[in-house]
Amino acid sequence: MAIMTYREALNAALSEEMERDPDVFLMGEEVAEYDGAYKVSKGLLDTFGSQRVVDSPISELGFTGLGVGAAMAGLRPVIEFMTFNFAFLAIDQVINSAAKMHYMSEGQFQMPIVFRGPTGAALQLSAQHSQACETYYSHAPGCKVVTPGTPADAKGLLKAAIRDNDPVAFMEGELLYNFKGEVPDDDDFVIPLGVADLKHEGEDVSIITHGKMIHVALQAAQKLEKDGINADVLDLRTIRPLDMNAILETVRKTNRIVYLEEGWPYAGTGAQIVTMIQEEAFDYLDAPIIRVTQADVPMPYAKNLEILAKPSAKHVVEAVNKVLYR
Amino acid sequence: MAEKKKNALLEHDISEELALDLMREMLLYRRFEEKAGEAYAIGKIGGFCHLHVGQEAAAAGSIKPLGREDYVTSAYREHTQAIAKGVDPNAVMAELYGRSDGSSGGKGGSMHIFDAECRFMGGHGIVGGQVPLATGMGWKIKYRGEDSISLVFMGDAAVNQGGFHEGLNMAAVWQLPCIYVVENNEYGMGTAFDRVSKTEMSTKSAPHGVPAHVVDGQDVLATYAFFRDLAAQVREGAGPQFVDLQTYRFHGHSMSDPVSGTYRSVEEVEQAKDERDPIAILRNTLKSAGVLSQEVFEQMDVEARKIASDAADFADASPLPDAEALYKNVWAEINPNGRLFFDGRPEQEEAS
Repeated sequence: MAIMTYREALNAALSEEMERDPDVFLMGEEVAEYDGAYKVSKGLLDTFGSQRVVDSPISELGFTGLGVGAAMAGLRPVIEFMTFNFAFLAIDQVINSAAKMHYMSEGQFQMPIVFRGPTGAALQLSAQHSQACETYYSHAPGCKVVTPGTPADAKGLLKAAIRDNDPVAFMEGELLYNFKGEVPDDDDFVIPLGVADLKHEGEDVSIITHGKMIHVALQAAQKLEKDGINADVLDLRTIRPLDMNAILETVRKTNRIVYLEEGWPYAGTGAQIVTMIQEEAFDYLDAPIIRVTQADVPMPYAKNLEILAKPSAKHVVEAVNKVLYR
Repeated sequence: MAEKKKNALLEHDISEELALDLMREMLLYRRFEEKAGEAYAIGKIGGFCHLHVGQEAAAAGSIKPLGREDYVTSAYREHTQAIAKGVDPNAVMAELYGRSDGSSGGKGGSMHIFDAECRFMGGHGIVGGQVPLATGMGWKIKYRGEDSISLVFMGDAAVNQGGFHEGLNMAAVWQLPCIYVVENNEYGMGTAFDRVSKTEMSTKSAPHGVPAHVVDGQDVLATYAFFRDLAAQVREGAGPQFVDLQTYRFHGHSMSDPVSGTYRSVEEVEQAKDERDPIAILRNTLKSAGVLSQEVFEQMDVEARKIASDAADFADASPLPDAEALYKNVWAEINPNGRLFFDGRPEQEEAS
C-alpha cells in the first residue's frame, strides 16, 4: 500500500494503462504542456509524447466527437473535460454518438472511450461551474457512469473504465484531488465496475451515496455515532452498472434509508434508487426514504448561500433522525 | 464531335470501362432509391427516409476512387453512398425495411447504415455530428501511421454547425488525412443556403486554413477524376481538404416532403432535371463518344432495376428481428457485477 492523493492515483492509473496499451491516448484542454488544469496528467507528456497526450483547442463538442470517431476506428481514447460543466457542449456526442453507436450498428462498433473530469461544486465557483452532472449521463442506455470518492477507488475504477469496451463517464471531485488515502501498489489493481463498497458499517440506518458525498456521509455517521446511532454508509462507486444487490442488502439490514447526492433532486440518481427500493424491497422499509440533495436552486456565489445550498452532514443527520422517527 | 467527347475521358484519364462502370453504378443508385420510394409509399419502409435521387454522381464520383481501407462517414441521406462503398444493396434495403438481414439488423434504419468491414462508418442523424467523428478516424490513421484517408459527407446546412468548424480546425492543426465534402444541394431541408449564410460555401474552410475546392457534382467524370487526385494527395500528406460538391436533389427532403414543396418552384426542379441530371449527362457524353449505345444503356438500366427489385424482394422476405434483439448490443460489455438495465422487464435478463 502506498499513501497517495486522489490526483496521484488518477495519474498512476492513466500512466499504467497507457504503458499497457499503446492505443490509449489522453486528449483535452491543458492536459499536456500545462500538466492538466488540475495536474492529473502531470508528467504524462514527458513520458508518452505529444501524440498520446494531446492539448486540444477549447472545442468540447469537437474533441469529444474526435474521440468517438477514433474509438470507432479502434483506439481507446481518454477524453478529459476540464470540468463536466463544460461537457454540456459535448453531450450530443456522448449521448447521440458514443452511447448509441454499438446499438445502431448492431454491434459492429465498440466504443471503448472514457470521458473524465471533475463534476459537482468546489468552492464559490457559482452557478455555471458547480453542477453535479451524473444524472445526465446515467439516463442514457449505452453510457456507463463511475464516481470514485477515494484515491484507491479512483485508481482501480479508472483502470477498469479504460479497459471497458463501452463509453464511460468517469466523474471525479475537484475537492478530492488533494485527498490522501491508501492505494494498492499493484499494477493490476482494477476495481470492477458495478461493485458498491460499504465505507462504514452500522445497523440502525443506511446512508446510500456516491462520489465525493461519501465524505459528507461519513462525517454524518461519526456525528450519529456519538448519539449511539450506527449507520451503514454504502458507496455505490458506479451509478451504471449499479450494484443493486448491495443496496438491497443494506435495506434488508437497517430498514431505514437516507439517500445523499450532490446534485438536484428532480429525476436525480436518488429518485431512481428510491423507486427501485420501493419496487423491490417495500416490505423491508420501516420509514419513507428521505433524499438529501443540493437545494433546488442554481448554485449561488456568496459563501453563506453556497453553504446553505450544498448538502451537508447536518442535513444528513436531520434526515436520519426523521427516518428513525427521533 | 465524337472525338471531342471522347476527350472528356482522356481529359480526366478515365477509361471507357471505368466510365461504363460509373454509368452502371449511378443507374443502380437511381433505381435503388426509386424502389425505396415505392416501398415507402406502400408502408414497407417507415420513419424518415431521405432519397439521394439527383445526387448519384456525387456518390459515385467521390467514393469509387477510394480504397476499401479508406473510411467513409455520412449523414442521413446515405443509402447509395453505402452501396458505393461496397455495402450489399440487399443489406441496405433490408435495413430500410427494418429486417434482421439489414446492415444493422433492422435497428438502425434509413439514417443509420453501418458496415465495419467496408469501412462505411454511418449513417448519422444529427446535422454535422459526423464531422468530428470522421476527424477522429483521420486522427486514428495518423496515430497508427496508416496511409488510408477519412472522407466525410455532409449537407450544406451542416457548415453552420459548430462541430463542422471544430472538426476542420483540429484537422488543420494536426494535419489529418481528412476530406470534408459538402454535398451542396442548395437547400438545408426547405431553407435555401443563401438565406442562412452571408458567405459563399467555398469560403467556409478558409478560416481554418483548409484548402477549398469547388466541383460540379453532376458531372461524374469530373468528380471522379477530382477525388482520385485529391485522395492521392491527402494520402501523401497534403492535409485536410474541403470540397463544395455542387449537386441538386430531385426529390423532397424526405418522403414526407413533396418534390418542390413551398420553398422551391416546380419549374426550378424541372429545369434541374432537364439540365443537371447526372445520369443523362454521362449517358449523352458516352453516346456522343461512341462508347455507349442506347441499347446497352437500356440493358444496364434493366440490370439496375433488377438489382433494386431483387433487393426489395430480399428485404421483404427477410424476417423481422427476433424480440430478443431488443436488448442485444446496447452494451459491448456486460459487466459481471451490477445492473445495466433498469426497466424491470423480464425479457432483458436473457440479454444481460
